[in-house]
Amino acid sequence: MKNSTTCIALILFSLQAASAAPPKDTCITCHSALEGDLAKPAKLFEGDVHHQAGLSCADCHGGNPNDESMDAMSRAKGFRGAPKKNQTPDFCARCHADAAYMHRFDPKMRVDQLSQYLTSVHGKRLKQGDTKVAACVDCHGVHNILPVSDTRSPVFPANVASTCAHCHSDAAYMKGYGIPTNQFALYEKSVHAQTLASGDTSAPTCSTCHGNHGATPPGVNSVANVCGTCHVMNEQLFEKSPHQAAFAKMGLPGCVQCHSNHEIVRPTDAWVGSGPQSVCVTCHTPGDKGYTVAQAMSAGLANLNSSLARAEKVLSVAERDGMDVSGAKVELAGTNEALVKARVNVHAFEEASVRELTDSGVEIAGKSYQAGVAALRERDSRRKGLGIALIAIVLAIGGLYLKIRQMESRE
Amino acid sequence: METADPTPRGTVQPGRRWVNLLLGSGVVASIISFIYPAMRYIIPPPVTESSSRFVVAAKVGELKNNSGKIFKFGSRPAILVRLVDGSYRAFSAVCTHLSCTVQYRSDLHEIWCACHNGLYDLEGRNVSGPPPRPLESYEVHIQGEDVVVTRTT
Amino acid sequence: MATLYRKTLNWLDERFGAGSVEEFLRHKTVPVNRHTVWSYLGGITLFLFIIQVLTGILLLLYYRPTPNDAFESVQYIMTQVRFGWLIRSVHSWSANLMIFTAFVHMFSVYFLKAYRKPRELTWLSGILLLFILMGFGFSGYLLPWNTLSFFATKVGTEMAGSIPGIGKWLLVFLRGGQEVTGATLTRFFGFHVAVLPGLATVLLAMHLLLVQRLGMSVPPSVERAIAEGRATPRSIPFFPNFLLRDMIGWYAALGVLGGLAAIFPWELGTKADAFAAAPAGIRPEWYFLFMFQTLKYLPAKILFLEGEFAGLLGFGAAAAVWVLVPFLDRRIGFGRVTRFFTGLGIFVIGFIVVLSALALR
Repeated sequence: MKNSTTCIALILFSLQAASAAPPKDTCITCHSALEGDLAKPAKLFEGDVHHQAGLSCADCHGGNPNDESMDAMSRAKGFRGAPKKNQTPDFCARCHADAAYMHRFDPKMRVDQLSQYLTSVHGKRLKQGDTKVAACVDCHGVHNILPVSDTRSPVFPANVASTCAHCHSDAAYMKGYGIPTNQFALYEKSVHAQTLASGDTSAPTCSTCHGNHGATPPGVNSVANVCGTCHVMNEQLFEKSPHQAAFAKMGLPGCVQCHSNHEIVRPTDAWVGSGPQSVCVTCHTPGDKGYTVAQAMSAGLANLNSSLARAEKVLSVAERDGMDVSGAKVELAGTNEALVKARVNVHAFEEASVRELTDSGVEIAGKSYQAGVAALRERDSRRKGLGIALIAIVLAIGGLYLKIRQMESRE
Repeated sequence: METADPTPRGTVQPGRRWVNLLLGSGVVASIISFIYPAMRYIIPPPVTESSSRFVVAAKVGELKNNSGKIFKFGSRPAILVRLVDGSYRAFSAVCTHLSCTVQYRSDLHEIWCACHNGLYDLEGRNVSGPPPRPLESYEVHIQGEDVVVTRTT
Repeated sequence: MATLYRKTLNWLDERFGAGSVEEFLRHKTVPVNRHTVWSYLGGITLFLFIIQVLTGILLLLYYRPTPNDAFESVQYIMTQVRFGWLIRSVHSWSANLMIFTAFVHMFSVYFLKAYRKPRELTWLSGILLLFILMGFGFSGYLLPWNTLSFFATKVGTEMAGSIPGIGKWLLVFLRGGQEVTGATLTRFFGFHVAVLPGLATVLLAMHLLLVQRLGMSVPPSVERAIAEGRATPRSIPFFPNFLLRDMIGWYAALGVLGGLAAIFPWELGTKADAFAAAPAGIRPEWYFLFMFQTLKYLPAKILFLEGEFAGLLGFGAAAAVWVLVPFLDRRIGFGRVTRFFTGLGIFVIGFIVVLSALALR
């Protein structure tokens, strides 16, 4: 009773001050005057996307925002209160699964989040009574929910990984679930994380491969499909390669077998072949067909790399000596392209497709090398020309000197 | 300080002749070594324009409808596309995502980047995948037998 | 051969009195003493200037003064035009060599007191020519439109703009606007190929005419020695003796230029991008370094004046003193060398050398 008296007094106060204010929302005015956790929602709601859309506390929680008495929170009159953890999905889905309702605010917004969620590991476990799993507010926040496109939102692409890591990297929290807790640490080392951090929001984060509402790790046989949504060529080649069937038979997880799932780093040419850093020798042994193919592919790449290095060296010498080799350097860029394509073609796991690219790259590098050699020859001919001119000049100077001496010795 | 000139006028002493010869040949040789480059210089080279502003990308009839060709424009690759209706488009072939070289996909009627599955439509706009910006577009003109691509900036 | 010469001379003489000019040149002599070696420097500077004009005209055949084309046209000259690399590199190297020899020429005249009566006007025209040469250097440096030249011009014109009063107007006048843009390039091109050559021609004609009329100066120490009977006055005819010696100097300069152009061709750089950040370590050409470095060392405020302005004021005052040296050094008119001015000259050289060295570190 005491609370409600304070409430009324404050309401009268604020009524005076806020004569031109928006339609009064007694939930906000009352709760703002309270302390601690009771006041927090009212303060946070100011920045919430639902508030921007014109919704009030009552639109989610029910009750009467015009009623200044405690009757505003009467269960009998429709007040829903704060939902329990396992009630949250349905609570949010009351609107977010209602297409007709959502179209009033954002016609293009999806309304299948709940149905997706129920297929996810989180959704299934929540249904079974596990309240530790993530539900809507664990990822999206509550009372200060921001749109996904807002950089401060916990589900903005660059922030997704650390949001997932809140639970998934907490070893104590994850105890008993039987899954690793180092995914985030590994992901942070990956080329994807670094690309995302540099501002390229097309780079994948957790939800890109695992889904967001329907979060499930891809099955062993569908890993390649997931990677293949961006790395199309690699996936297509892999599917046609001998590895596809072999991996399926052995239950190996496609791309992840060599590239890892979270700690996806930039591969090097040393991964191919039979050297110390090779991934091929994890399975292949000397003498088997795969081993031979690995060595042949590696040889092709090494050949291309060395041609490239040789051409770059001669061009840099020519440039240092003052020759303009910008044209040849542009041509050489074609070799870099051939190298990129050859590395992609490795995923066909047969010699010919790598060879055809390394051979064309070597040819281009060869032409650039010749251009560099020609530039050096031109440099040498310039110096020869200079030598000739200097000889002529020395002759002239010598002649002048002798002439002077001769003229003045006569006097 | 007056001494009679020992040599009668009209004859040139042997020593003096050599000196004159040396001087003369030195001066003439040096003049030639300056004039020769200057003469070669003023004759314009066969390619009269630097290739960074315009380039002959192809010959008329070289490209079939619904096909594309990569050509060098200045120091970067560029792509010439002949549409289904026979008209031409030209763009920079440097993908705006991570700078791979794009290619024309006659099955999709769009420009595709093999690196990360980026797609551009026939106006160069980035319509799908990671590329954040459209491709820089160039003007195409037919000049006689040549398909000429020019850059306006 | 001799009669052809005579005949031509007579023909010209009947039309504008060439005979008296030829007479004068034939009898012209040059004093010989142990300081004569310095008197070749003016001729070498003139020779290098002529090289600049000739190579500049050749470059004009291919250069385009717009931001879209300038860099590409220089690249074209360097890579496509036959011997274009040679012409361009000679032009760039000769510019630097010429300014160097101009400075040495000026200092040798200073220390040998050749500016004293009756040669005050020669000195004046010479100093103005030096300023014009530095103007040539500054305007020409922008023309290749690469990163270095773009930002060096930005810094240089910024300095001009910090002069109170006329500074703002001067900045806009130089830049053709508020910023360095294509308008600046057009303007600098106009200065470099029309305005400055015009001014230089007039001043050069005056300077050379005066030198011909007044002959080579004999240093005070030698004059005194002659007056006291310790030395005999010696001279050689200008034509052909001095001229042949001059030609040795010119050929030597040509050899040096050719060597530099062939072994250290002038670099192209990267095309200027107005929106890119200035690279670290931007500095003007070496002949502006001592001023640039001095301004860097000045504190933000000196007394009541802004530091940079005070610095420019100082340089302006120094330039004024330098220009007026023939009138300030009164005792030299009586043949007496004032140690003060010799000391001042040594200080100035030391200042320039030390600050330029510091700027290069």
